[in-house]
Amino acid sequence: MGRSRNIKQTSPLVFMIWGYIIWSLVPVIIAVIYSFNDGRSRTVWQGFSLRWWFTDPYASIFHNAETRGAIGHSLVLAIVTLLVVTPLGITLAVGAQRMRGRGARLVQALTAAPLITPEIVVGAALLITFTRLFTAIPLGFAAQLLGNVTFSLSSVVVIVRARLVSIGASFEEAARDLGATRLQALRYALLPMLWPSVMASLVVVFATVIDDFVITSFLSAGVSSETVPLRIYSSVKGGATPALNALATLLVLASFSVLIVGLFGLAAWRKQQGERGGLRAALADVTQMDN
Amino acid sequence: MLKSSHRLWAGFAIPGTVWLIALFAVPFYVVACVAFGTIGPIFRDAVPQWSPLAWDFAQAQQIAISLAAGPLQGVALRTIFYVACAMVVCFAVGFPVAYYLARHAGKQKLMLLVLIIVPFWVNYLMRMLAWVNLLSTDGLFTRFMRIFGINYNWLDGSPVTVIIGLVYGYIPFLILPLFGTLERLDWRLVEAARDLGANSWQAFRLVTMPMSKAGIVAAGILIALPMFGDYYTNDLLSRSPSTEMIGNQIDFFLNASSQPQNGALLVLALSIFLLLFMSFYLRSTGQAARQTTG
Repeated sequence: MGRSRNIKQTSPLVFMIWGYIIWSLVPVIIAVIYSFNDGRSRTVWQGFSLRWWFTDPYASIFHNAETRGAIGHSLVLAIVTLLVVTPLGITLAVGAQRMRGRGARLVQALTAAPLITPEIVVGAALLITFTRLFTAIPLGFAAQLLGNVTFSLSSVVVIVRARLVSIGASFEEAARDLGATRLQALRYALLPMLWPSVMASLVVVFATVIDDFVITSFLSAGVSSETVPLRIYSSVKGGATPALNALATLLVLASFSVLIVGLFGLAAWRKQQGERGGLRAALADVTQMDN
Repeated sequence: MLKSSHRLWAGFAIPGTVWLIALFAVPFYVVACVAFGTIGPIFRDAVPQWSPLAWDFAQAQQIAISLAAGPLQGVALRTIFYVACAMVVCFAVGFPVAYYLARHAGKQKLMLLVLIIVPFWVNYLMRMLAWVNLLSTDGLFTRFMRIFGINYNWLDGSPVTVIIGLVYGYIPFLILPLFGTLERLDWRLVEAARDLGANSWQAFRLVTMPMSKAGIVAAGILIALPMFGDYYTNDLLSRSPSTEMIGNQIDFFLNASSQPQNGALLVLALSIFLLLFMSFYLRSTGQAARQTTG
């Protein structure tokens, strides 16, 4: 009897969760399909073609000079941001985790604040700062890089700190007992164990930067610093061709390929190290849902 | 010995801290200096006033009056109204989904979790573009609705479109933290309540809710904050002044007009308004942490 009551209760929820999944995914799938439309319409199907992807010598995303420029700019921005933010975030996480006293509280408040500040506030404040105070930094790539590092630094710190908490101090203490200096213990005992959080940070920051619109837009300097999201944003408003869908699909492909490589990398690392976890733990690492 | 280790860890924190001071904390001060600065006599450009002692609050007063009872009042109220509506829908849809996933999904859990994480990783602009395509005058959704005799221009300043757009954009960021909170709950306590005679609604209200309240509040604030600063959803799905939110005004004053001082003032006003939510968020996460560890 208890069982039948249970089934009755959960059935509307099953309906709801599948409804949600369909609602959240189908519009995007339709947009992806229309990137292969043979006509110029983004709404009326006229047969399959790859013209907006590859075959059209002028209008396809891989041939058009402007979209190629935007793709290149997006990739360079994401990779350089990763190179700057990863070491900065790891050291800040280690420091913030172990500092004590008033300084520690200041550092913690500073790292927590960007996570809950709307992007428009960060973007607007940086725009005003780069045009009035730090005028040596021109709008465009340099300003976009600094802005993206600032906005993604905190997520690296959160991911690495969660890992530091779960590792605990015992491994370093063991290394110290065996004669390692503090820095040696850090380098040889702790750092290798931080690897999954570093990998998760790389995935998260890459996806954040490659998808970023607000900060990159506030700090751009016209076409020369146009990224893929900026290009998408400015063409949604005009009567764009399915090349727009193709460009947006490319962005989705970029973040998903990095995500999938990261997930399997994380799961494989965990397995090799004999840590429990698998895909579920790897998903938690990259979505920060357990934080 | 202890002192030297403290210095070592502080040393680790220095580069990142300096970075955040220079590029996160200082910019807020610069915004204030522009907001309370003066207007140049020739180019009418905002000139920052670096000394707080000489700050001029005349324009700030104008903007405050405008927000409270003037031309900007409509924008301010509309922003709050849209965010409130979107939050209600987000919870009405997101909570049951997260609840089912955490509690009843069984063997399907991992698969459903993956499907729910997918939109989290699909670019926001792509998700808006998908709806622009569906809702345009010859879009699939518009044509589908015509079958039922509904001929409506969805993308021409419709508040419903903007609110649903906000829901569509932000709900993935609500469901995952909600799921995280609900999954960590000790459901044995709920079962105990049932065994002691509570019906399912009573158990939910008296056990589940109080145990997960802090996490739920934190998850809600986490999506309310960016919604208050949103301007692109509106810009893509409506483009009409009749649905403008505060973010659109900030974008306009800073990027499309010659009145950056007003932009700076609105950034300050929005930040102060949101500080309220942020302090609430920090308190809730503190509580949630205590609930799970203690």
